[in-house]
Amino acid sequence: MIAEPIVQLDDLRRSFTIRRKAGRLRRQTKIVDAVDGITASIQPGEAVGYIGANGAGKSTTIKMLTGILVPTSGRVRTCGYDPVPQRRQLAREVGVVFGQRSQLWWDLPLRDSFRILGAIHRLPTGDATARTEQLVDRLGLADLLDTPVRQLSLGERMRGEVAAVLVHRPRLLVLDEPTIGLDMISKERLRQFLVAERAEFGTTLLLTTHDMGDIERLCDRVLVIDRGRLVFDGTLPSLAERVALQRVLVVDLPEPSPDLCISEAAHIGSDLDGQRQRLAFSPKETTAAKVLAEVSAVTEVVDLTLEEPAIEDIVRTLYGVA
Amino acid sequence: MVELSSAEAYCILIGSRIRSQLAYRVSFWLNVATSVAVGLVEFIEIYAIFANVPVFGGLDLRQSALVFALANMGFALADVIFGQLDTIPTYLRLGRLEVLLVRPMPLLLQLITADFQLRRLGRLAVGVLIILAVLPGIDLSYTTATIYLLVVTPFVGAAIYGAFFVTAGGLQFFLIEGAEFTSAFVYGGSYAGQLPGSVLITPIRILFTFVFPATVTAYLPSLLIMGLPGPEFLPAWLGWFAPMFAAWAWLLAWLAWHAGIRKFTGAGG
Repeated sequence: MIAEPIVQLDDLRRSFTIRRKAGRLRRQTKIVDAVDGITASIQPGEAVGYIGANGAGKSTTIKMLTGILVPTSGRVRTCGYDPVPQRRQLAREVGVVFGQRSQLWWDLPLRDSFRILGAIHRLPTGDATARTEQLVDRLGLADLLDTPVRQLSLGERMRGEVAAVLVHRPRLLVLDEPTIGLDMISKERLRQFLVAERAEFGTTLLLTTHDMGDIERLCDRVLVIDRGRLVFDGTLPSLAERVALQRVLVVDLPEPSPDLCISEAAHIGSDLDGQRQRLAFSPKETTAAKVLAEVSAVTEVVDLTLEEPAIEDIVRTLYGVA
Repeated sequence: MVELSSAEAYCILIGSRIRSQLAYRVSFWLNVATSVAVGLVEFIEIYAIFANVPVFGGLDLRQSALVFALANMGFALADVIFGQLDTIPTYLRLGRLEVLLVRPMPLLLQLITADFQLRRLGRLAVGVLIILAVLPGIDLSYTTATIYLLVVTPFVGAAIYGAFFVTAGGLQFFLIEGAEFTSAFVYGGSYAGQLPGSVLITPIRILFTFVFPATVTAYLPSLLIMGLPGPEFLPAWLGWFAPMFAAWAWLLAWLAWHAGIRKFTGAGG
């Protein structure tokens, strides 16, 4: 028997009517298709990255599959439920982190948020405590438990948010921009935790992000949405075949220099008469360290930054290829 | 292990709110004092009217004070439980409602427990004090019926005012600046409930009895307690049906609330 998909979208659509003033009394109405016929399914245990530019329809899709928003047409089933009418049953199987919107109790110590969420999910007290302890331990939250949430840093709070939606052991974890604004160390810590958590419990993950690093570390499948339509559904390697998921190393040199010519990376641009140079490389073939070592052998490097591939560029290339 | 019952879950939720409020004692008592002051100011407002007219809507000062106190107690109880529903526009604006909707507890109960404010009990104290002060001065026969009405009226009143809060809460989903509307509706209703119903002009009297039953929260039961007849369209015996008026108010509240949530999930905030 094939297991039922954990998320099933059939020709899912959602349009919004936007009213604008046009003249003194007249009003113009415009219908915008935020999600314009998406069909996809996610099997239990999969880790799916859902990417697209701002306003492409990611959040609208997530709202529909968690039961917050009624689809205009089409069908959506999540964990075997019809999300809007069965929203509360569904809520017990799903954990959702809306990156920008905290679900923690602002003025209470972090500990209390976990206790309250355990109660909201009606978890037996012992069970909730054991699970909370486990999450606190794995996410390194022990020293923060007595701190009111408003005093936590963004990275600390985000770890708290992720722990909070996992207290009830959801089958499906939906993370909406979980790493936005986090520094490298906080991001990595969160990613490591998610990898370990999924390995142990097989939790299905649906992740929206602007950070290709999240996708590469966490997801085995990618959905790309553009203007409400699904433009790519496949594995990360197959996405990489169609678009170059290249990193760009930007190096600042002490003085104007001729274009660098090195074997590990391709020179793709110079600014300030060559004082700043951009070198593209594929992370599969080499590493930033190797590229840097080669550059350092030729000239001194004053400063450097590493740029991830931008989602917008990926979407654009997908169109170029298609 | 067995699941927590709803009651246990709510106890944990409310308990955490209460503990956090008591953690800052000075702030808590200042808030209680403010709440008492609000109740007193409202009473002074009504007292100013009574002091200038010997008989107000057919009631003397003490009798009117009884109406005020019963209404105020009911309102205070409702305010403790439902008072924070006027924060819905803030939730909408900050997009925090989505977070509440992906939890397995009814939205209304989450909002109620999200900011359970004990300090609002300060108002209740005002009502209790006034009642204790005026009861000895009113000529009452303490029959079973009178005592029943004195005890039950604040609770039925709380149910009716609570329904007002929920109705207004549901309507906030349709309004852009909902907080003002809630205040106008809820506090308007409570003001109408604190006055002798006979002073309201007929259409308002009917509106605040048969649609939004504010006069049933105190005035009508007070007439029964004091053995007085009611004015036109407002016979005192209606006071016996207070629980039914409360049920009606909750039906309206339920409809408004569900329409509000449907509107939200339909439009997506």
